[in-house]
Amino acid sequence: MLKVHERRPTLANTLLCYVVSLLLLLPLCADSFCSDSKSHTSGMILPATESNYQPRPYQGKLAPDDGQWIRPAKDYASTRYSTLDQINTGNVKNLKLAFTFSTGLVRGHEAAPLVVQNTMYIVTPWPNNLYALDLTKPGAPMKWVYQPMPTPASKGVACCDVVNRGASYDNGRIYYNTLDDQTVCVDANSGKEIWKTRVGDINKGESMTMAPLVVKGKVLVGVSGGEFGVRGWLKALDGKSGKVAWTAYTAGPDKDVLIGSRYKPFYAQDRGQDLGVKSWPPDAWKIGGGGVWGWISYDPELNLIYYGTANPGPWDSDARPGDNKFASGIFARDPDTGEAVWFYQFSPHDLFDYDAVNENILLDLPINGQTRKVLVHPDRNGYVYVMDRTSGEVLSASPFAPITTSRGVDLKTGLLQYVEEKEPHRGKVSRELCPTAPGAKDWQPSAFSPKTGLVYIPHNHLCMDEEDVAVNYIAGTPYVGANVVMYNAPGGYGGEFTAWDPVSGKVVWKIPDHFPVWSGALATAGDLVFYGTLDGWFHAVDARSGQQLWQFKTGSGIIGQPITYRGPDGKQYVAILSGVGGWAGAIVAGGLDPRDKSAALGFVGAMQDLPKYTTSGGTLYVFQLP
Amino acid sequence: MFSSFPNVVALLAVLVMATTGSSFARELRVCADPDNLPFSNSRQQGFENRIAEVVAGDLHAHLSYVWQRMGRGFVREYLNKGVCDLLIGVPQAFSPVLATAPYYRSTYVFVTRRDHQLKPASLDDPSLRQMKIGVQVLEEDYTPAASALARRGLQSEIVGFDTLGEAADSIVRAVEDHRVDTAVVWGPLAGYFARKFGNSLQIAPVIPELDPPGLPFTFAISMGVRKGNTGLRNELNDVLQRRGRDIQKILGQFGVPQLELAPPTGAGE
Repeated sequence: MLKVHERRPTLANTLLCYVVSLLLLLPLCADSFCSDSKSHTSGMILPATESNYQPRPYQGKLAPDDGQWIRPAKDYASTRYSTLDQINTGNVKNLKLAFTFSTGLVRGHEAAPLVVQNTMYIVTPWPNNLYALDLTKPGAPMKWVYQPMPTPASKGVACCDVVNRGASYDNGRIYYNTLDDQTVCVDANSGKEIWKTRVGDINKGESMTMAPLVVKGKVLVGVSGGEFGVRGWLKALDGKSGKVAWTAYTAGPDKDVLIGSRYKPFYAQDRGQDLGVKSWPPDAWKIGGGGVWGWISYDPELNLIYYGTANPGPWDSDARPGDNKFASGIFARDPDTGEAVWFYQFSPHDLFDYDAVNENILLDLPINGQTRKVLVHPDRNGYVYVMDRTSGEVLSASPFAPITTSRGVDLKTGLLQYVEEKEPHRGKVSRELCPTAPGAKDWQPSAFSPKTGLVYIPHNHLCMDEEDVAVNYIAGTPYVGANVVMYNAPGGYGGEFTAWDPVSGKVVWKIPDHFPVWSGALATAGDLVFYGTLDGWFHAVDARSGQQLWQFKTGSGIIGQPITYRGPDGKQYVAILSGVGGWAGAIVAGGLDPRDKSAALGFVGAMQDLPKYTTSGGTLYVFQLP
Repeated sequence: MFSSFPNVVALLAVLVMATTGSSFARELRVCADPDNLPFSNSRQQGFENRIAEVVAGDLHAHLSYVWQRMGRGFVREYLNKGVCDLLIGVPQAFSPVLATAPYYRSTYVFVTRRDHQLKPASLDDPSLRQMKIGVQVLEEDYTPAASALARRGLQSEIVGFDTLGEAADSIVRAVEDHRVDTAVVWGPLAGYFARKFGNSLQIAPVIPELDPPGLPFTFAISMGVRKGNTGLRNELNDVLQRRGRDIQKILGQFGVPQLELAPPTGAGE
């Protein structure tokens, strides 16, 4: 994830991040689509690329469902699937607003609400307030608010808007991270702070935006800030005391990465001593990025956690020859000790900001006639990876979005096949790079439905040009930087919501959207899938056909994660935070000028008409049947 | 890109200004950073403030300021929206504005302690490998030195410094305080703050001027007006001609290290 602008609060002292400064660039909307209205694509369903798809109900088992939503991905396998089926394809058209709640904040709202014991918990973007709403009372009034008061300076360090991706509940406590690098533990009943641990340093460019996962009493938290030369890490904090139990760095010597005797990667290129040092120029690993700001999954049987690492730094890939391990890859670790068990690098020597932090959905799928314990990972580089989660072997890697930067993944070696002429180098102009820096898909998490066996992927449909350097200056000091401009990929639209068969590696249906689909997805046993769009529509579609069955226009663009729960009245509810922002929505939340196409790290190029469709402002919307 | 009709526009603009100027006091609205010495501050103590006074005086205009940090987006939010008309110092090649002819050229410099045994002669000087090197941070970006040093494998020797507002002198002070061995700093900032430490610091231009294939360390500085405001730009070019000596004097007083201006390149577009 890269730097985003239109924030000019105090800058911390030791930010390390070069190259990409963004200036004006060429016009992008050569095709007529740019002036078209949203209705051009909304609701259109593209046919399956393979017509022979047969619904393949999931044969594996999923965690039992208690009707609550206690962690962002619902379960440890990260399915974002609920067995609640009161709201279904037959009656969803009647879905009505139950209540709303304003956060009073105008930055991007990416968090999933939690529902535990008839209380809903909401974490806001900076200043990272935690609200508790009483679901037992009409209108769900506020029970309490916890305000951690993070330092305003942290706003200047956050890369891509001052978002927060949510909290986790465990054993009577709510855990989440503040932008200024504190993990907080709050009593779920009283809202009283139990402990607060500072785990990072904003003066080093570190910030925190990810939602923790609590595994066996340990709170797993990771750092953001790959754009600022941080050295990425994942930490485990003791849930009771807040003390750090272990720290696993992304780069550096094996002892720092917690690589020891149990480390057995599948592919040869990931084996060897101190690769976290040797795959970099001297000492560059110390500022090499590789943050951990996405999702963590957990397999209780294997006792392994899975998480992706962010892009290596700096963005200027010429400045860091080598594979840059262990950035832009995935670790399997023992949650008790942090020991690495295997690693695989999706994008060695990442050239395009292809963070690997996206979700890993843990499933048991029939692959070539055998049931394999896999993880399904739609990566920023444009491929959905199906990997053996016991060994780290790549079983398939199939493109789900336009790709020009690579030719595929060699399943024998596990290596991504880069297209040489697309490689960016200083002084070289590279055009039509797809996917873009935010990837074919960014952090926005997918959902899996066992009823259809499909993965529902909200994602981007963008390409970019990396231009030659241009002169810029800030406060009297001139410098040069590369220009990045993003624009809609062929087809003329910026995003898609795709139903994906992970077994065949094929699209079943997809719904194009004018803008990147930047919200999470939710799948339910009512055969419904929910997602939101940047212009504020909240959609329910048929999980089998993609047919739109219901929609509601919220007050602002949606980049949050929908959830569903059983209320104290026994009825099913669906909830979503609306409030545009994040990298994609920075043009609205940050008030960027759409004429400056390379603002917000070039994302504005693809988003320039977003301000016509939505304004900023965070509100919770909760829906029910009449 | 304005070459086909600038003369007509300029002429019209001058005529309009001449006629209105006779009956109303003309206002010169300058956007300036409120806390960014040596360039400018709201107490009008910076060299850009002083230059603005020279320009306004020459044009018989009333000088007014719109104070705004010159971070990302300020051109579109201020200059382009007509909140102000003039930026005193922008790189000549800064494309969001219409630039005047450059009136000085400066360079990034190495700041070192005079008593330090190692003084880097260039970015390729092996002595850099034994040094902690300060570089300026600009919002999310390091200044060009960081990229050049990174390519030479010196990433881990780099220390970043915010050089805005209260922290403006921090990078130069860090050299004086032995917290870094050298710092690569934009000339005007370095020249101004190095003086405060008397004779104990010295500055030397970064070599090479252009790190291949395309990373410059020297920049010609112009005034900037809104694109299309050719009339004002042409007026300012005349002022720069007429008052060049006064402006040079101000730059000298503030210790701005200067290189010779490159041969004229036309209108600076």
